[in-house]
Amino acid sequence: MGNSLNAWSDALAGFQPAGLPLGLLIIAAIPLVFIALYALTYGVYGERKISAFMQDRLGPMEVGKWGILQTLADILKLLQKEDIVPTSADKFLFVIGPGVLFVGSFLAFAVLPFSPAFIGANLNVGLFFAIGIVALEVVGILAAGWGSNNKWSLYGAVRSVAQIVSYEIPAAIALLCGAMMAGTLDMQQINILQSGTYGFAHFFLFQSPIAWLPFLIYFIASLAEVNRAPFDIPEAESELVAGYFTEYSGMKFAVIFLAEYGSMFMVSAIISIVFLGGWNSPLPNIGPIALNDMTTGPVWGAFWIISKGFFFIFVQMWLRWTLPRLRVDQLMYVCWKVLTPFAFVSFVLTAIWEIYVP
Amino acid sequence: MQELEMAGQGSLRLSRKSDTIVVLEKDLSTEQMVLSMGPQHPSTHGVLRLECLTDGEVVTEAEPYLGYLHRCFEKHCEHVDYPAIVPYTDRMDYLAGINSEMAYCIAVEKLLDLEIPRRVEFIRVIVSELNRIASHLVAIGTYAIDLGAFTPFLFCFRDREHILNMLEWATGARMLYNYIWVGGLAYDVPAGFNERVLEFVNYFRPKALELQQLLTENEIFVKRTKGIGIMPADVAINYGWSGPMLRGSGVQWDIRRNDPYSIYPELDFAVPVPDGKLSVVGDCLSRHLVRALEIEESLKIIEQCIDKMPGTQGFDPRSAVPKRVRPKAGEVYGRAENPRGELGFYIQSDGKSTSPLRCKARSSCFVNLSAMKDLSRGQLIPDLVAIIGSLDIVLGEVDR
Repeated sequence: MGNSLNAWSDALAGFQPAGLPLGLLIIAAIPLVFIALYALTYGVYGERKISAFMQDRLGPMEVGKWGILQTLADILKLLQKEDIVPTSADKFLFVIGPGVLFVGSFLAFAVLPFSPAFIGANLNVGLFFAIGIVALEVVGILAAGWGSNNKWSLYGAVRSVAQIVSYEIPAAIALLCGAMMAGTLDMQQINILQSGTYGFAHFFLFQSPIAWLPFLIYFIASLAEVNRAPFDIPEAESELVAGYFTEYSGMKFAVIFLAEYGSMFMVSAIISIVFLGGWNSPLPNIGPIALNDMTTGPVWGAFWIISKGFFFIFVQMWLRWTLPRLRVDQLMYVCWKVLTPFAFVSFVLTAIWEIYVP
Repeated sequence: MQELEMAGQGSLRLSRKSDTIVVLEKDLSTEQMVLSMGPQHPSTHGVLRLECLTDGEVVTEAEPYLGYLHRCFEKHCEHVDYPAIVPYTDRMDYLAGINSEMAYCIAVEKLLDLEIPRRVEFIRVIVSELNRIASHLVAIGTYAIDLGAFTPFLFCFRDREHILNMLEWATGARMLYNYIWVGGLAYDVPAGFNERVLEFVNYFRPKALELQQLLTENEIFVKRTKGIGIMPADVAINYGWSGPMLRGSGVQWDIRRNDPYSIYPELDFAVPVPDGKLSVVGDCLSRHLVRALEIEESLKIIEQCIDKMPGTQGFDPRSAVPKRVRPKAGEVYGRAENPRGELGFYIQSDGKSTSPLRCKARSSCFVNLSAMKDLSRGQLIPDLVAIIGSLDIVLGEVDR
């Protein structure tokens, strides 16, 4: 596999007809198209259907068979909507907010290994980059909330910033545990270290008896980082109407939503890369039946990482439609007094395990 | 909100929450901000407006502003005949129309000194208890949505739908029934109604348990409601609270028991009050628990009524309905236990007219809401939402 690593993205990067870096543009466009497609299908339509089945409803049924075209109709509606900027809003911040938000969410996809053969930028500090760049979203949220000149938006923005900045600490420490087990921050290397003929047994989650602790901590913290229930306090619709994007309409609203779905997939992909093998097949070779070998390869890799990401998004949806929302102070309590200490404990334990248990 | 001067440390802003004191900020001068919550806000349950004075997330003062849904109910009553007021009462508490009709009819019947056929009383109790369950389901469901849980809301509405279908079958309407008339009923219940009601009772019991496991036993739900918005029993009585609100504060007061009307004395049901094991007596969780327990009691009442109900032979639901309602000069106060508390009608008659000289509605929601200012002092914004939700107000009845 070593010689085919990043084969697709290297080939694309080399594709420069007439000196124009067209291939690089395509590399950047692939995650963008992926986010848009997945947000359209699984993100919006899927969530509506999944929530409907959880709640004894049918969900969208009118547009197309089983309402399949409902999301397209919604997008058409959003495109036609008037782009309203409130008169009292800070125009610059109001316009730039969704953009910054989306860029922050989208840039992290640069280091996401979609397959053994494809990664946008094979940085040797990929994981660090992914954690760091997502923090850019905070700026966008603050700009959007402050620029709206709406008290509810301001509340949403301030809550959101407090929440994301706080939860980055346990999340980063939990990911550090994974990085410690791998000994590298390179996303592709982390994946390669988890591949083997026994499938899931090579995943970091099953490699050490402590790994489940950072795994859980990161999962909970990631829910808070992407503002999903039970931590959807910044956009608590029954308290703050819609939080920081109350005043947005039309495509700006759609961009905010796209950024949110982008981050949802990003954290799900990161948790599956660091703890669940990323693009590695979970199927083991059983004697002569080489299931693992059969399900390994560039295309299979893309399939596995996207399925794992979708599974975690499903869990996020499942929690959202089951649990009530926490209160602001309870949220901070969970972060600083529960998750952060446990993250440190798991950090120390993982270090001990890595040093003394080979 | 208290200001404590601590030597050498500047002022500490403290918020008193249940039994712990949370230090919010130190040496940080903040401006208070006026936040207008409503009339278009998802969790004010209608067109209530709260003008909140906020200090960060803490609400230092919240003043409710009413009247957005004022429809001159009392003035209208002075210009229409007694029976024609019944549809207006539907529009007061639109989630429990039948209960409002019942309270009004009790008052007028008291004024007329009417004898009501026994079967009519049974039907009245069955439909009003069904309506009470429907109303409590909306209260519990919307409370869940206030706290961010969406699924219990839809579970509640799914089950409420069965009740509304039954009531539609019996009365012809789903919301504004005009079913209980002065002295009788509009129609007898359709054939097979009792069987369908029993079928619903059997269907609903496991669903209520499911709802309890999903919502009431949820750790986050308990965390959000326990110890929030505590109303001591004596203050609640002074405010004139009634219904589940007063029972949530631990006072065993139910008009169906304490000032019985209709056939309630013959029925066996409990008046649930919180015992302080699951919740702090008087907090939001207690009020929620009382509603959840009352649904079970209503189911019991319905079962007993169907058991004891007289047959249809020689029964005319309008046999005692007077041709023309013209009471003797005098005044009366009739009241009934509504899902939201005591709904009373004070009616004054001059003895000549066929419409009342004065009709005053004692609205339970209005009285319950009056404590909002006290309850909201020093709470966080999410807690304010939890408190409004636990009050279970219907603005149609508050403003009338």
